[in-house]
Amino acid sequence: MSTTLSKIEKRTAYTLLLPAVCLVFAIILFPIFANVWISFKEVGLKDIRIPEPRAKKIVKNIQDSNSELKIIYKLRNSSLIQDIREVRFLDKLPKNVEPVNLDKRCKFKSQKIKCFFGNWEAGYRENFEIFVKDVNNNAINNNDIKSYNPNLNGKSNNILLTTDFTLKNFKKVFMNNNFFELLTTTFYFTFFGTLGAILLGIFAAQLVNQKFYGRTFMRSILLFPYVGPVVALAYTWTLLLDPNSGTINSLLVHYGVIEKPINLLGQKYLIINILGFELKLRLALTTVIFFEIWRYFPLAFLFILARLQAIPRDLYEAADVDGAGPFRKFFYITLPQITAILSILFMIRFIWNFNKFEDIFLLTGGASGTLTLPISVYQQGFAISNIGMGSAVSIVIVLLLITFMIIYFKLIGKKVNEI
Amino acid sequence: MKFKSLIITLLASSIFLTIILCIWKILATLQGLSFTNLNFNLNLLLSLGLVITFIFIGKKFNHILKIFILSLSFTILYTFLNENSPMWFSVGIFLLILFFTNKLKKYDLKYLNQDFISEKIVFEFLSLFAIVFFALVILFPFYIMFVTSLKTQTALLINPIDLSIDFSKNIFEILKSYFVIFKTYDFGRYILTSSYVSVGTVLITLLFAIPAAYAVARLNFFGKTFLSTSILIIYMFPAIVLVIPLYTVFSQLGLRNSVEGLLIVYTATTLPVAIYMLQGYFKSIPKEIEEAGLIDGQNWFGIIIKIIIPLSLPAIASVSLYVFMIAWNEFLFSLMFLDNPKTFTLSRAINHLTGDAETPRQYLMAGSVVVTLPILLIFIYFEKYLVSGLTAGSVKG
Repeated sequence: MSTTLSKIEKRTAYTLLLPAVCLVFAIILFPIFANVWISFKEVGLKDIRIPEPRAKKIVKNIQDSNSELKIIYKLRNSSLIQDIREVRFLDKLPKNVEPVNLDKRCKFKSQKIKCFFGNWEAGYRENFEIFVKDVNNNAINNNDIKSYNPNLNGKSNNILLTTDFTLKNFKKVFMNNNFFELLTTTFYFTFFGTLGAILLGIFAAQLVNQKFYGRTFMRSILLFPYVGPVVALAYTWTLLLDPNSGTINSLLVHYGVIEKPINLLGQKYLIINILGFELKLRLALTTVIFFEIWRYFPLAFLFILARLQAIPRDLYEAADVDGAGPFRKFFYITLPQITAILSILFMIRFIWNFNKFEDIFLLTGGASGTLTLPISVYQQGFAISNIGMGSAVSIVIVLLLITFMIIYFKLIGKKVNEI
Repeated sequence: MKFKSLIITLLASSIFLTIILCIWKILATLQGLSFTNLNFNLNLLLSLGLVITFIFIGKKFNHILKIFILSLSFTILYTFLNENSPMWFSVGIFLLILFFTNKLKKYDLKYLNQDFISEKIVFEFLSLFAIVFFALVILFPFYIMFVTSLKTQTALLINPIDLSIDFSKNIFEILKSYFVIFKTYDFGRYILTSSYVSVGTVLITLLFAIPAAYAVARLNFFGKTFLSTSILIIYMFPAIVLVIPLYTVFSQLGLRNSVEGLLIVYTATTLPVAIYMLQGYFKSIPKEIEEAGLIDGQNWFGIIIKIIIPLSLPAIASVSLYVFMIAWNEFLFSLMFLDNPKTFTLSRAINHLTGDAETPRQYLMAGSVVVTLPILLIFIYFEKYLVSGLTAGSVKG
């Protein structure tokens, strides 16, 4: 009895899970593995369009005759780079209409015209004509003939499905002089973005954890940057920081803080002179990191606030008795209580910042020293139209991600035991 | 008498007041007032004078009377020093000082004599400053977004720091950008597409996630632990590594430029987190209730419909709002998959507007307001649910 029950339970579980698992498998897991396949191929954006035989049907009247018509099919191979083999053609004629002097490649049977055109090389074009005639010499209605659409099909090689592989893409990715810069930029962006968001998050959480008038309102406002759509926010900041007519630059110039407007998003380096030392600051990258911090500190804030509210009150009361000030309370009570959540938060946010695409793409498009790995995928795949290269960069991302995750789960496992 | 705490109080409070006054002055500049100098030193001196007077007067007067008289005299002095400032500017100064002196209420010489007081005071003003700082940094871009949408491109190019709205025009002229984006740029259609995609994603996600989450939470089957860990791992993989294969496959299947294609992708990418969030909640429902249902002759389907769903409505609301937010704000896939303006979502449409350098920025900002406003309103209205959704799902970002 129990075995059948557990069998039923298993079967139900699998039925309930099946739709979700299938969908996730098709849309998430399959592409990750497909990347591996594509990255070993030389594929451009134009190659992924499957070549199709196409026909445009034009019906023309013949002078002095109502019962005869000329049909012109403008035939072509949609692809300019690939051949199509064994092209077949099918069209219908209305009742009592028959073709006259039909082309040798075609046959007419039970009102259907069937043709076999053979091979079409890349860019093939032909004007294929058929004369038709009504058997009873009645007038033919043009629209009757037009109402049928010709049906064409053919065989072609799909570059994605062949088995020619090459290491070219990976060679290009790793041998590129900028690969090291790409990695360091990604690392800077990820590390400082995460660190800044968490520091600001601690600050904000500490603030909202106090009692003051308008506290709930403040908590909602703090989440605005995260809840708002990235497109709107990124463009607003781009306008604000615009060197020619952006509000921030104009204000700074107006009050004499700076002499000339600074192109915060378009200038790669800012050279600062401190005590005779020249420091090169990655200006655009810094600006992008600040946007990142601005947009994602609310999440850190939310996590840390939840933890802060769970710290027992009597710890602080004891500190009050000892006469500890607010700063000491923070460093000796609050901080030790939130280190666990901070480290988890750091690792999760690190992985997510590492993957960030939209923010940089919308702010700078990867120009002026802000090219990170995810942006590189887009540039290779869609701006340079080299799908294979894009996939190769994706593979680099996936491998690094897996490394992070192994570290993450090892450390988190320890952390969980400590708590 | 403790001089240290007195001096620290004076410095902290007057620096705070100076900064507030400067911020008010900058905001006034953005409304078209032509200040050219912040007069930081002068402001600091004035503030210092105000705080010293306040503390030394002490509690000899009625508090309300005291702050009124002090604020009024400060405002008159300030207006006198900043000539040609309009009435509303002075009123703002007056209110700021009123608020500030009211904060100072408990500070008198006796209070400052307490032990360990200076650290506390610094902390108090630091938090006050932090509140102002956070509010400003967060709300300023939203304010700019809204105000720019009401201006014209030429006015902004001539004087980028004058963001004042000209109320002498009639309402249609002020809101012209909104009329233009709805008429010329077809934003009505994009709003519909975006709503359709977002609501559709929520519904399909729930349809798939509720049974799956129930199976993970309650039933025993082979590979259960493997499945629940892989949900989280899958969740960590970003959209950008999926984009190229999905693009190629969708191109060949003709699913690009279709709302259905977007629906499939959005659902799949939000499913892991939806399952993860729901199963956590389902586990907290007492098993006895379900067993009672089983005895009543319900099958699994009946249990999910009649017991699990009604009991976990709060969690379902959180998941729905969270998924809605992700789908509404999503940009990468809509950028990749949609080229035809007929199928654009709002985010994609705004991106399309920037593709043309000639598009005046007020239209761009009007579009941004249109895409931001609904999600902010939903957030404010359902904050409780969305916040719990965010906390549970915020491994994603």
